[in-house]
Amino acid sequence: MLTRFLLLGLDKKAGVLLAVLALLAVAVPVMALGTAPDSAWHLSTHTVALLGKYLCFALLALALDLVWGYVGILSLGHAAFFTLGGYAMGMYLMRQIGPRGVYGNPILPDFMVFLNWKELPWYWHGFDQFWFAAIMVVLVPGALAFAFGWFAFRSRVTGVYLSIITQALTFALMLAFFRNDMGFGGNNGLTDFKEILGFDIQAASTRVGLFVATVVALAIGYVLASSIVASKLGKVLVAVRDAESRVRFLGYETERYKLFAWTLSACMAGVAGALYVPQVGIINPSEFSPASSIEAVIWVAVGGRGTLAGAILGAVLVNFGKSYFTAALPELWLFALGGLFVLVTLFLPKGILGLAAQLRQRLPSRGAVAAKPADQKGV
Amino acid sequence: MHRAFCWLLAAFLALAAPAYAAEMDARLEPLVRGLGAGSYADTEKALAKLAETGDPAAVPVIEALQAGDLHVRKPDGAVVVAKRSGNGYALTDPVTGAPIGEADRNAVEKIKVNNALRRSMSAALGALTLMSPNAGTRWQAAEAVFKSRDANALDALNAALAKETDEGVKRAMTQARASVLLGSSAPDDDKLAAIEVLKDRGDQDALALLNGAASGGSDAVKAAAEKAVAAVENRLALWGAAQNLWYGLSLGSVLLLAAIGLAVTFGVMGVINMAHGEMVMIGAYATFLVQEAFRAWAPGLFDLSILVALPVAFLVSGAVGVVIERSVIRWLYGRPLETLLATWGLSLALQQAVRSLFGPTNREVGAPSWMSGAFQVGGLTITYGRLWIVVFAFLVFAALLVALRKTWFGLSIRAVTQNRNMASAMGIRTARVDALTFGLGSGIAGLAGVALSQIDNVSPNLGQGYIIDSFMVVVFGGVGNLWGTLVGALALGSVNKFLEPYAGAVLGKILVLIFIILFIQRRPRGLFALKGRAVEA
Repeated sequence: MLTRFLLLGLDKKAGVLLAVLALLAVAVPVMALGTAPDSAWHLSTHTVALLGKYLCFALLALALDLVWGYVGILSLGHAAFFTLGGYAMGMYLMRQIGPRGVYGNPILPDFMVFLNWKELPWYWHGFDQFWFAAIMVVLVPGALAFAFGWFAFRSRVTGVYLSIITQALTFALMLAFFRNDMGFGGNNGLTDFKEILGFDIQAASTRVGLFVATVVALAIGYVLASSIVASKLGKVLVAVRDAESRVRFLGYETERYKLFAWTLSACMAGVAGALYVPQVGIINPSEFSPASSIEAVIWVAVGGRGTLAGAILGAVLVNFGKSYFTAALPELWLFALGGLFVLVTLFLPKGILGLAAQLRQRLPSRGAVAAKPADQKGV
Repeated sequence: MHRAFCWLLAAFLALAAPAYAAEMDARLEPLVRGLGAGSYADTEKALAKLAETGDPAAVPVIEALQAGDLHVRKPDGAVVVAKRSGNGYALTDPVTGAPIGEADRNAVEKIKVNNALRRSMSAALGALTLMSPNAGTRWQAAEAVFKSRDANALDALNAALAKETDEGVKRAMTQARASVLLGSSAPDDDKLAAIEVLKDRGDQDALALLNGAASGGSDAVKAAAEKAVAAVENRLALWGAAQNLWYGLSLGSVLLLAAIGLAVTFGVMGVINMAHGEMVMIGAYATFLVQEAFRAWAPGLFDLSILVALPVAFLVSGAVGVVIERSVIRWLYGRPLETLLATWGLSLALQQAVRSLFGPTNREVGAPSWMSGAFQVGGLTITYGRLWIVVFAFLVFAALLVALRKTWFGLSIRAVTQNRNMASAMGIRTARVDALTFGLGSGIAGLAGVALSQIDNVSPNLGQGYIIDSFMVVVFGGVGNLWGTLVGALALGSVNKFLEPYAGAVLGKILVLIFIILFIQRRPRGLFALKGRAVEA
């Protein structure tokens, strides 16, 4: 039954996307590890990490598209779930440093020694085990989203109000994590990681492994999301987006549907954050800033809201543009990003994929006219 | 004849004045010389004699000794003030301050002081300055004695008290005397009187002294001190609450200023303007430009610059708002989430534009003289800057209220908000009203920028710090209700400030955010929701 459910999501678009991801999962390791460093085909560790970062953002965008594109909840706080997942992974990585830290304390991370803490706070226990951290990566954002959504959806907070309180949520978390006495490293965050699961985190092979893991996570996330969207559950979600009252009057408990999608989306964002941290090498509270949440929204908008694949495309494109601009024309990046927000909302309400769909709708009529003579010739 | 007499008198005075001064100096001269006599004890004796003269001319000498500038000139044993200049020392007379040449580094020897001497110096200075002809100096001296509790100063204090005429200085001296008496071995009656005096003073310092008295001494003194401590603590708690209330009002007025423009664009029009903070920032930069213009062309009228900046900021921010409405927002009516994104993009672009034009660093906006300084109300310190901002916030609020209620423009705005089609049918040009309403909201944000430029850093990020707070205020107060915005701003400001002493500034803010998130669950439409059928898509 599960297979049938998952097969639901496998349409042609999914096929293309999964093929591209599979190609990446094969080509990148070969190019990074199998070629000589001076070869034109060689990918540096830096590039691999950069690509991995884009794909983490793509997973975050996918999670956001699930709630915004299909349930109509515009979250301005998805970076909060992303960052919480990242912190859970970061805590595991901190514990892995062990006595190799600057102060050489086998238990306490450097910043705690620096702050004169005598013992590990209770919430840091268990993070020396990977399985525990992996559970927390999903559980912590999921639990926060569940609690938040439980209250918000039950009291029927919708639309702009919901957006604003999600923003307040991530802002409050940012302020909290900036405090040193929270025990998460204050504004320096967690960094200086040494190894993950016993592998050196700087090594090219580890980076490639992390990249492949990201590709796999993104593929799973995509299949899961597109299966849900294509299922009966997905139809209800879309109906909630378009006319929530009507769905409620038909006897559906819309809160439950929303809560499910919302919590699942937060878990996906958490996983994305957890994969992001070891590849970037640092996690700090500025990731919680409302600006980064809103930036994630624009990735989805650029690619095409409510298309899933578009979210992935948008995240990769915008972040590629960001890398390019901030290196080449740092002054112009904010103009470009700001302009993107305005232009996309004004002229591309359905994003790039939507534009493609619009063009395709128009083309067949012309294409049909053009094709006729050819057909006749053929006949 | 008469004239000749005048001349004669003048000449006599001109001769006599320096002679008189010289005589005084001559009286001080041996005492000053005694400072450099050798041992600490000798210096101490000389110091005591110097203090006994009660001559204000001795003050700079003791101050120089305190600063470690007093040296003995080796050849003749004269005491001089020596300050480093080049390789040697520049010498000045300690009493008159007149330069008396230079000396080699080896030709002078510093007069050393120990802790006992340092104490005597403060006491001597206290005693000398208690007699100063300047009331401010006397007051400061009394406060210094109050803090040092030096029993040596008691006689000087009594003498000064007998002669004192100024009420304020007299009170300070009485308090200083009480402070000294309480620490000394004076009889109980004196101590009891001292406790009463300190109780009337009733600040933190008095509380510390009374606490000290309550922990020792005879039973009667102890009991009185304990009672006084309780009284002072009550009083302090009351003033502390008043201070918090004032801070809360002050923060609330800042929030009100930042949010009130949003109450128009978001509350009345339903447009989520994430670039609202940037309108505030533009207002602040307009203030900066106006002040630059005043600095360049009319530095004498600088105090008026803020008043000129008000209309300028309103017009500039308002114009930017109208342009934004006409070019972007009007295509997005009815699509609030898209509006949110587009205006966020605009805010990024505006920030970068200002950063490119004015640079990323803070720009300095000065305060006019009538906005600087502070005054005391009981135990409460109120700065004029904050006071004016509170007044200004309420003025803006009142003006907006009148504009919306009593003017033709306000009537059109309300008509378009309530029923766009009907308003259009009645001949109101709805598109123009939209643009002007948005301009009004943005212009008010610009006014907020003028006020905020006085208390915050004028940088491209100025607006970012206020945008979330302003949305919280509007949503908390209830969208579409100006009174709600007022109550929301003041309530959030006060709650924030009352939480701060217990939870710290950051945690207090977090708690307020959590409170708002929970509050919206209970009342999704804010504190003062508009009555009537909920409009739901």
